[in-house]
Amino acid sequence: MTSARPVHFTVNGAAATVTVEPRTTLADALRNELRLTGTHLGCEHGVCGACTVIVDGAAVRGCLVLAAQAEGREITTVEGLGSAAHLSALQLAFRKHHALQCGFCTAGILTTAHALLTEEPHADEDRIREVISGNLCRCTGYLPIIAAIMEARIAYRDVQCEAAQ
Amino acid sequence: MKPAPFTRHVPRTVDEVVSALAEFAPLDGRILAGGQSLVPIMAFRMARPAHLIDINEVEGLDRLAVDGDYLSIGARVRHGAFHKPVIDGPLGKLLAFVVSHIAHYPIRMRGTFCGSLAHADPASEWCLVAATLDASLVVKSVRGERIVPVTDFLEGIMSTSLAEDEFLAEARLPLLPDDTKFGFYEFSRRAGDFAMSAALVTYRLVDGVIADAHVGIGGAEDRARRILEAEDVLNGNAPSPDLFVAAGEAAANAIEPLEDIQTTAEYRCDLVRAVTRRALERSLL
Repeated sequence: MTSARPVHFTVNGAAATVTVEPRTTLADALRNELRLTGTHLGCEHGVCGACTVIVDGAAVRGCLVLAAQAEGREITTVEGLGSAAHLSALQLAFRKHHALQCGFCTAGILTTAHALLTEEPHADEDRIREVISGNLCRCTGYLPIIAAIMEARIAYRDVQCEAAQ
Repeated sequence: MKPAPFTRHVPRTVDEVVSALAEFAPLDGRILAGGQSLVPIMAFRMARPAHLIDINEVEGLDRLAVDGDYLSIGARVRHGAFHKPVIDGPLGKLLAFVVSHIAHYPIRMRGTFCGSLAHADPASEWCLVAATLDASLVVKSVRGERIVPVTDFLEGIMSTSLAEDEFLAEARLPLLPDDTKFGFYEFSRRAGDFAMSAALVTYRLVDGVIADAHVGIGGAEDRARRILEAEDVLNGNAPSPDLFVAAGEAAANAIEPLEDIQTTAEYRCDLVRAVTRRALERSLL
C-alpha cells in the first residue's frame, strides 16, 4: 500500500511542508493541509480552471498536478498576489471593472492572468481572450474580466522596465 | 473525483525509467508525463494504475533542438514551449499556430508533446502534426531503442504500437524547406474542445504549381493520417478555389468517419470537406 510522505516547497514566498499520499493533488494539499482556501476546486478534471495556481512561473491546473510533484518548486496562489489591504494592480482592475460576482472562478482567473501578463505584458485582446477561454465564469459574461486584464497590462510593463534597468 | 491510491516512482535518468517500466509495467504501471489526460482519467476512476513512473525529473528529456534535418522533441517538452516559434522557418511557425488550438493555456503549460502522441487521442493536434509531417518516434525500453515511423506508431483510438515496457522518449519532426506553405484548420464547438475534425496541409510551389503536398486529417477517423487521395488532387496543379474544393471532396470521400452521438458519418465527412478546404485557403494567407 501507499503511504504519506513529506513534500517541501515554497508557497507565496514561505517554505511549506505537507505530508500527503502520492495521489493527493496540489490543489487539495494547498486547501486541506495548508488551509490556503483561496484556490477553489470546481470540476476536478481540468476543465473549469478554478484551481489554477502558478508553479515556477507557469499557470497550471492545481487539480492535475500531484502535490508530490511540487517538491522543490515555487508555488503562487491567489493569496500571494496581494492582500485585502494591498490589492495588486490586477486585483484593483477587477474591482474597478466589476470583473467578478460570486467569486468562485476568480482565483483561477487572477492566477492565469497574472502568469500570462508576467510573461506577455503586451498580450493583445485576442490573446487574452484565448487564454481566459480556459476559465469558466457563470456570472459575468466575461466582458468585464477582459476589460480588467486589458487595463492591468500597464502595471506589468512597468515591472518589466524596472527589471530591465 | 480523486485518483485511487498508487505508488509513485521518480526516476532521474532514462536508464532508471526503462528499468522501472520493466519492473512495474507488468504490475499495472504507467508513465506519468504532463498528466493532463491521465490524471483526469484517474480522477474519474476510469484508470487505476497501481504504479506511476513520473518522468518529470528525468534529465535530458526536456531537450528541444535541431539535430541535422529534424527537430528533436524530448518527452518532457511541454506544449507551451511552442507558443513562440522554436526555430526559424515554416516548421516553427506551423507549431506556434497549431499549439493555440490545444486545450487551454494552463493545460499547455503542463501537458507534453510526446504525451499527446503516446495517448493517441484521434483528435490530438500533435498526432495530426506528426502524421502529416511523417514524424519518427524514438521508443526506449530495457531491450534497447527503436525508431518508429508515425504510421506504425498510431494504431487506433488511444492505441499505439508501444509495448508494455516501452516509452516514447523523443519525437522527431522533419524540418520543412523555407518555401513550404502550410495551413491548419480545426473545427470544435467551443475554444479548447476536442477537434471534431482538423486538417493540416503543407506543400511547396514550384513554377506556380503545387509540389510535395501533405494533407493530414485528424479527429475524423480512429487515428490522424495523411490522405494520399487529396494530395494527388493537389500535386502538379496551381492553387485555386476549385482545386481546394476538389481536394476537400477527395479527403471526404477517402475517410472512414468516426460516428458518435453528436456526429453522424455524413456530418463528419462534411466537416472534413470543409476543414481541408479552409486549411488550404489559409495556406495562401
